[in-house]
Amino acid sequence: MTTVADVSEEGTDSPYALSHLDALESEAVHIFREVAGEFERPVVLFSGGKDSIVMLHLALKAFAPAAVPFSLLHVDTGHNFPEVLEYRDRTVKKHGLRLHVASVQDYIDRGTLKERPDGTRNPLQTLPLTEKIQAERFDAVFGGGRRDEEKARAKERVFSLRDEFSQWDPRRQRPELWNLYNGRHAPGEHVRVFPLSNWTELDVWQYIAREGIDLPEIYFAHERDVFQRAGMWLTPGDWGGPKDGETVETRLVRYRTVGDMSCTGAVDSDATTLEAVITEIAASRLTERGATRADDKMSEAAMEDRKREGYF
Amino acid sequence: MTSTIEPTEPVEPLSVEQLSGTTLLRFATAGSVDDGKSTLVGRLLHDSKSVLTDQLEAVEHASRSRGQDTPDLALLTDGLRAEREQGITIDVAYRYFATAKRRFILADTPGHVQYTRNMVTGASTAELTVVLVDARNGVVEQTRRHAAIAALLRVPHVVLAVNKMDLVDYREPVFAAIAQEFTAYASELGVPEITAIPISALAGDNVVDPSANMDWYGGPTFLEHLETLPVSHDLATCHARLPVQYVIRPQTAEHPDYRGYAGQIAAGAFRVGEQVTVLPSGRTSRIASIDLLGEPVDVAWTTQSVTVLLEDDVDISRGDLIVPTKDAPATTQDIEATVCHVADAPLTIGHRVLLKHGTRTVKALVKDIPSRLTLDDLSLHPHPGHLVANDIGRVKIRTAEPLPVDSYADSRRTGSFILIDPADGTTLTAGMVGESFASPEPVRAEADEDGWDF
Repeated sequence: MTTVADVSEEGTDSPYALSHLDALESEAVHIFREVAGEFERPVVLFSGGKDSIVMLHLALKAFAPAAVPFSLLHVDTGHNFPEVLEYRDRTVKKHGLRLHVASVQDYIDRGTLKERPDGTRNPLQTLPLTEKIQAERFDAVFGGGRRDEEKARAKERVFSLRDEFSQWDPRRQRPELWNLYNGRHAPGEHVRVFPLSNWTELDVWQYIAREGIDLPEIYFAHERDVFQRAGMWLTPGDWGGPKDGETVETRLVRYRTVGDMSCTGAVDSDATTLEAVITEIAASRLTERGATRADDKMSEAAMEDRKREGYF
Repeated sequence: MTSTIEPTEPVEPLSVEQLSGTTLLRFATAGSVDDGKSTLVGRLLHDSKSVLTDQLEAVEHASRSRGQDTPDLALLTDGLRAEREQGITIDVAYRYFATAKRRFILADTPGHVQYTRNMVTGASTAELTVVLVDARNGVVEQTRRHAAIAALLRVPHVVLAVNKMDLVDYREPVFAAIAQEFTAYASELGVPEITAIPISALAGDNVVDPSANMDWYGGPTFLEHLETLPVSHDLATCHARLPVQYVIRPQTAEHPDYRGYAGQIAAGAFRVGEQVTVLPSGRTSRIASIDLLGEPVDVAWTTQSVTVLLEDDVDISRGDLIVPTKDAPATTQDIEATVCHVADAPLTIGHRVLLKHGTRTVKALVKDIPSRLTLDDLSLHPHPGHLVANDIGRVKIRTAEPLPVDSYADSRRTGSFILIDPADGTTLTAGMVGESFASPEPVRAEADEDGWDF
């Protein structure tokens, strides 16, 4: 058991000052419990990526020993890494959760969405996501978005109101005061909730290390067939690569983010352990999106524009 | 500042242990337009290696495509399309950086007409507010406004950053006079701790590195101060408060009778065995155990998220407040508070609203608005009839159910509330219960006003 006397004093801080990870964890748990208390049909966006894995871990802790009172939702682009899908299904089963899947491929097969010439499916996720939210009448949708990721996200609230078209209007955001989150919404509207708002990429990794959270293997360095396109190392596959003139080679790489295979690049790395990954990120001169996401580079306001339409 | 910002070489990477033992400091900048706030923010982000190569490249690319010769660092922080198009800043942005000693969350509030509500929003979660002053201009109206808001919101620490010292030849008397004037003013308002630091954000003096130009200054640099000021939780004098967020009842074979009250401790500490009272019902029990996210503990304190189990089967639900029996607040349906109105539509007498306090939301009625505060000279305007966006005033509210409120002076968490428009869910008003420097009744007699009769 922890007692007050056991808590060591760090520098000039009071023994009651929480470590930054404890403070972030406590805040995120508070956010999960607020949503559970105030909403009818919340859902957690779960992709099998590290941010959503941390979100699920926090939700499990927030309601233990009871089950997580939310179901999960994955927007499947059809171009996912097999290791990540395997991880997703294993995790859902392990915790006895319910998984909803919104499939981009289904929309393309039906002709509702059209494949882009560049093969990138990230922008195509918005319609399946928002239609699923409407169809299932989800009123709170948890996302793993962090404010450090992108400058439009630096302005997003923890509780972010979306209209009946799932649109975000940055000019009509509610001020967020103290920890008094306002989740009021009209029928048809919903609230996007970001419990990791105040976390950085490094916090997420430190927390994963501290809590011993299991991750898909692609986050750690491994020999992999890749080819280069627009300065990124992409994994070949049916999604559309390599093209003529692009050559496949085997490299020692790992992923900093997971997403659609067509626009998520690997980085050269020999980090095979959590400690090595953390050391590598702490020294990196590139943000995770700058290093590995092609879609954010499309325009200066790419993220903001997608968020306005309903994307995360 | 553009010419001074370049990509930096990686510093020696921190070890995993170094990265894990740090604490978190939330602070807010008070925004004035030309005082060099963005330069200071840019300098902090840059010198703490928080501006990464690809972000800088993106800024350079965007600047070039606008026909600018040098990178415009405002593009680093102005995140929205409308902001870049119009060259304005909308609303609060949150920024993150870290040093070996501490993690920082900066609520970056723009210096605009909407300054009051933005600064109130940023200050509500801050442990420190930075008030920037241009050394050439000294303490101006805007400075007094920032000090007043920091005092109203009871931000524990205030830093007066006397900027642009390079433009006054780094002269000590200039700094000393400004520091003295500000400290006298802010202390009178009740700001508990004020630290004045002479800096040049542009030249880098005393921001991260000590300045060779001001050897007369013996205090810490700006960053050093941020890194070392104590994040204090004086639990001995704090009233312990646990707003119940959610009742955890697994109802499984393994835990058939488990009934835990989950919440984030808003103030003070709770111990196993302690006698507690549940408000507003007033029922009492003892704490049987405390679960700190999976780990049993015998004591837990602010701001830990915990689950508390009681010895008796008491009827408790979301919205209740668990407090030590020996230190329970009174419950009341009549609240007097200092408020900041944050919505565009005005707040009027007779307005029917929702009031969210802790985890409880109740119906409420705005009974009276006795005064409005003019931040420029701190004068009180009696019976303004309504409050518009950015107004600060005194308000009397009647709630439909009794609430266990503390004075904001005693507890920033259980002494604060928000008002919500029941029709469309808009957050209307931020409220702070009890006395503040804005409390005294208006000096002008009511007879001065004609034509108003409620």
